[in-house]
Parts: sequence; C-alpha cells; structure tokens
Amino acid sequence: MNLHEYQGKQILKSFGVPIQEGKVVNEKSEILKAYDELKAETGTEFAVIKAQIHAGGRGKGGGVKLAKKREEVETIGDEILGMMLKTPQTPGGLDGEGKLVRKILIAEDVYAPDFDACDEIYISILTDRETKSNVIIYSTEGGMDIEAVAEETPHLVHKEIVDPALGLQGFQARKIAFNLGLSGQAFKNMTKFISKLYNAFTGADASLIEINPCLKTGDDKILAVDCKMTVDESALFRHPDIKEMRDIHEEDPTEVEAKKFNLNYVKLDGNVGCMVNGAGLAMATMDMIKLSGGEPANFLDVGGTADAARVEQGFRIILSDPNVKAILINIFGGIVRCDRVAQGVVDACKNIENLNVPIIVRLQGTNAEIAKEIIDNSGLKVRSAVLLEEAAQAVKEVLS
Amino acid sequence: MSVLVNKYSRIIVQGFTGKEGTFHAEQMIDYGTNLVGGVTPGKGGNIHLERPVFNTVKESVDKEGADTSVIFVPPPFAADAIMEAAEAGIKVIVCITEGIPVSDMLKAHKYLQGKDCRLVGPNCPGVITPEEAKVGIMPGFIHKKGTIGIVSRSGTLTYEAVDQVTKAGLGQSTCIGIGGDPVVGTSTLDAVRLLMEDPETEGIVMIGEIGGSMEANAAHWIRENGTKPVVGFIAGQTAPKGRTMGHAGAIIGGAEDTAEAKMKIMRECGIHVVDSPARLGSTMADLIK
Repeated sequence: MNLHEYQGKQILKSFGVPIQEGKVVNEKSEILKAYDELKAETGTEFAVIKAQIHAGGRGKGGGVKLAKKREEVETIGDEILGMMLKTPQTPGGLDGEGKLVRKILIAEDVYAPDFDACDEIYISILTDRETKSNVIIYSTEGGMDIEAVAEETPHLVHKEIVDPALGLQGFQARKIAFNLGLSGQAFKNMTKFISKLYNAFTGADASLIEINPCLKTGDDKILAVDCKMTVDESALFRHPDIKEMRDIHEEDPTEVEAKKFNLNYVKLDGNVGCMVNGAGLAMATMDMIKLSGGEPANFLDVGGTADAARVEQGFRIILSDPNVKAILINIFGGIVRCDRVAQGVVDACKNIENLNVPIIVRLQGTNAEIAKEIIDNSGLKVRSAVLLEEAAQAVKEVLS
Repeated sequence: MSVLVNKYSRIIVQGFTGKEGTFHAEQMIDYGTNLVGGVTPGKGGNIHLERPVFNTVKESVDKEGADTSVIFVPPPFAADAIMEAAEAGIKVIVCITEGIPVSDMLKAHKYLQGKDCRLVGPNCPGVITPEEAKVGIMPGFIHKKGTIGIVSRSGTLTYEAVDQVTKAGLGQSTCIGIGGDPVVGTSTLDAVRLLMEDPETEGIVMIGEIGGSMEANAAHWIRENGTKPVVGFIAGQTAPKGRTMGHAGAIIGGAEDTAEAKMKIMRECGIHVVDSPARLGSTMADLIK
C-alpha cells in the first residue's frame, strides 16, 4: 500500500526521525490558518506548498512551489489544491489528463537561512529479494532521479545490506555517514538518522522508504524533506493505524469496487476481458489473448470459489470497461468443480441485461465435460472450450 | 526415485484441525499420502481424521517419526510454524499459507540457514510425487506417474502444465510449486537442480513469471550444468510495469525482470521457451519422443 508524503513523514516522526515539518490542508479556506500555525511552531518565513498525490516528479508538473510571503502561500496553495497535476508518473505522463490534487502539504523552508551550505542526499531502504535482506541505498546525489544517477555515475550509488534478523549495526550506520562525506555534528546526526529510519522501516513493516532529498542543513541537522513509503499489505493486520491511511481516491475506482468482492482486478488498455482462477494462469491467459491477436483489457483473478455470485460480479466489473469487445473465462477446476462454475456462468449471463459481447468459456479439470454440456445446452450465445489451445483459437475467431 | 516427497515420507499437517487443514488433509489421505498426524497447539491428545493430534511439532517427530510437514496456519502465525518445524527436525517444510508478512519470512529464512531442512513456499500449491504422496492443495487426479519434473511459482498454471503433460502421454516425476511470494524458501534454481539430479526425471518444465531474478539464475545454471531438456514459460508478457499481478512477487521492478527479458535469457541458455502456455505439454512431448 502506497502512502502520501505527509503520512510517511507522520510515521517517520513517530519513530524519532527528524523531518521537514508541515501541515496538511484539504480546504482552500484552511490554507492561511495552517501557514500561521506552522510559522508559529517552526519560525519559518517561506513555505513550500506540495501537492499530495501518489506519483513522483510532482515538481516537474508544478505541484511543488516555494512561497516567499504570506499572500503567496494563499495564491500558490489556491492554485495547487484542486489542480489536475500532470507528472511523468501520472496516467498518460506530462501529456495525460493528470491527477486531481485533493490535499496539499504546507511545509517549512528547511533550506533557510543558508541555502548554499545545504546538501541534498539520497537514502532509501527496501527489501531485496535476491539476498533476502533489507538494503539501504544511498548517494550524495540527492534531489535527482536516482535511476539516472545509477546509470551515469554508478560509483556514486552505495548499497548496505542489513541482516533482517540482527538489524542495522553501529558500524554500518557509521560507514554510511562516512561514505556520504559527512563529519562533525552532521556525521553524528546522520548515524542517528539512519538508525531511526531503519527502525521505522521494520517497525512499520515497510517494503520501501525513499527519502529524496534527505537534507544536511547549514547547521548540520539531517532531515527528511520528502518521503515515499510503501507498506507491506500482508502486515497491515498488525498496523491498524497505517491501514486507516489508505486513500482510495488514489486507486482506480473499478479496482476498489473489485476489492470489495475479494476479486483481484487490474485494469489494462486492451479489448478482450478475462476472468481466471489463479494469478499465474490469469497472466498466462492475458498473454494468450495477445498471441491470438487481441489485447487484454484486464487482469482478474476470481480465486478458488468461482460461484455464480462471484462470476456475475466479475462480469459486471469487466463490462464496466467500454473497450471490452469479448470476454474469455478460463477456469482450471481443481478443488472447485467445473460444472458448478458453468452453472454460475449461465446464471450470471441470464442475470445481466445487455450482455452482447461474445463470451468464450474454457473450463478444464474436475467435471469439465459435464460443464461443457451445461454451457452448450444453455441456449446462450456462449462458446465453450476444454483445451487451452481451443480457447486461443476461439478468441482468434471472435476477433476476426 | 523422485524428489522431496515419496510414499515413505512421514507427513504431518500443521494447522491440522482448522477448516483448510482438515479439508486438505482429507484430500491428501484419499490420495494415499502417508499422513501420520498433525499439530494444533492446545488440541494435543485428540484424534482427528483417525490420526493423532499433537501440541508441538517436536512431539510428532518423537512419536511418529514425522519428517515432512505441510503448513495451513493463518498468515500471522505461519512464519512461527515454519521455524517450529525446522527446530523440531522436519526435513521438508511445505508452507501453503498466502499473505505472510515479508519481514516475518526474512526472519524465518535466516532462522532456517544452517539447519538441515528445506522450505518450499510459502504461498504455493505444494509438492506432489504422483501415485505416492500429495503434500499440498493440488487436484490429485490430473497427475500421472512419469518422468517429467515440473517447477512453477503458480497454482492453477501448474495444474495446466501437469494436465498438458499428462494428456501428451507423459507423466510427472515430482511437481514442485515454489510459491508466488517475493521471498520463498526453495528457488527455481534449487528445484531445477533437484530434478536435474534425479535419475527418474527425463525432462523439466520450468514455469516462471514477472518479478525477481529466480528464472534468470536457474537459466544460467542450466546452461552450465543442464543434462536434460527444459521447456520454459514466463507468465506476464502483457503485464504493466509496477503493478502487483495477484501474487505478491509478480511485479515488474526494472528492465531485467520483465517476461521478455527472462525469456530471452532462458532461450540463450538453451531452454525451449514457448510463447503460448497452451504449448507446454506438446513441446515437451516432441523433445522426449
């Protein structure tokens, strides 16, 4: 689950990680009040207005701006809150329609008073599948696209592997601070910062924390200026507070709807919808649609119990996409019996009005032949198949 | 011969008396699997499905000589169950549970290092040696004893491959579902190596998916050490970048873990890669006959 910058920072702060302070605002009328409070608490004169959306590159689309006076806070805040922000990562990129900004963060100016004495650093922590460990990636080249830095100047990107059972050791924190070229108080502050950041990573069951930039200020403080955090969804049962932070506005509405019925749905751009049991077979079915001359319109895993209610819900979700020109149902019945799935498909087809796209049903496994009979005798315009090859052929014929 | 499990395996179920554990234990017994008992803490001393229930895995090892465990324990407690099995001396631990926190699995993995045991899974259908032992949730009837080893990260896609292999007139030596999580106990390479060294296995079907580098690692090993034909497939050629496709581990992170990149490496390493998942069985049959 992805979090907003302000939510990630809230978690960091609870673990004692120093952050750039800020106030979240949902309503335009609250902008000045938030700024005044922030000014009273931090003494900041300038303020940075930051759009809170789940996409990187916010600055490139005008979603992060510096206000140098109180009036500017209001005009800039007014401009960003409610805008359709286009960044390289929003749907369609900088030329796309963008994403609605529903929240802004009014943050203190941590670069003052000595902008030139500040250094931007890159730090991220993530789980590395290869080493089955947590890895800290860091670089002196903060504030930039780290993938580009790694591409052009790989020697400037360092990695520290942390044993997940033992946690981050003191020597590792010191190594990181030394490699970042820090000394004196900044060095000490960085070792503390990195230890607390690691605690936040494990404590919140994060799968990614990226601080870019992390700032060394003119007076040698170390602060998280931005925060991108992803939390392991499987661990949310032990973090009810973090679970509450889910922002469904950032998700595709159809996907949110599907989740309510425990259907795993991902919307794609193609013309052939599919409904499959099992994630691996669902991906394989999408690939087969492509090989048959179509483009998959979605990923949809209906899971083990493909009964009539779930199949009907699956149909409705697929059909909510106007691009869908055909639907392929591919169920490998192991524990679930194919004849029951077939009956579910027939019932669902009868319940849905205006079901006028061609449907191909491939049922294989327990009672597959009985299932085929049920489909063939249903009187519905549904094509049945048993072998995967036959299903692929049927898709080809339907599209041509 | 076969790998990991056979008719002599002494198998227990952890989470024996729960709904899932009970249902699948029955199916395993019906298949003829040598299920010697199960573990549910607090229910020790009872009899369930005509087999003894133990409070701890250690008791089942001491009293029934258990050497293999299949875990149906819910996600919050599953990593603990894996470690308990390892500590008790279980040699093959098969964890079916889906949705275990990654951080729990990282710790369990460290705990298992240096111990004489192998973990398969989690989030997997299990391991089956046809007509000998079904240790997992796969439908038994599609399998047939034979000489093809199958390795896969998926459930139903594995059944699809099994079914095609059976219908092509071949059978399976052992099918290993290694699981769809980002961190799994037995890697693609580990499973391929077991099958490559098994004298009864004549060919291997290796099914991967987007995310991670397990298939590339296995492919490089096969190029150096392969002695049997390998048919490969990677699911997710049409999957978008950065989205989790059902399995927690099925997510494209960079240019190297796309289906396209993996298939290219596999082809370069001499694996017979099929573009269509409908061709797994027939391709293997052509290579073996």
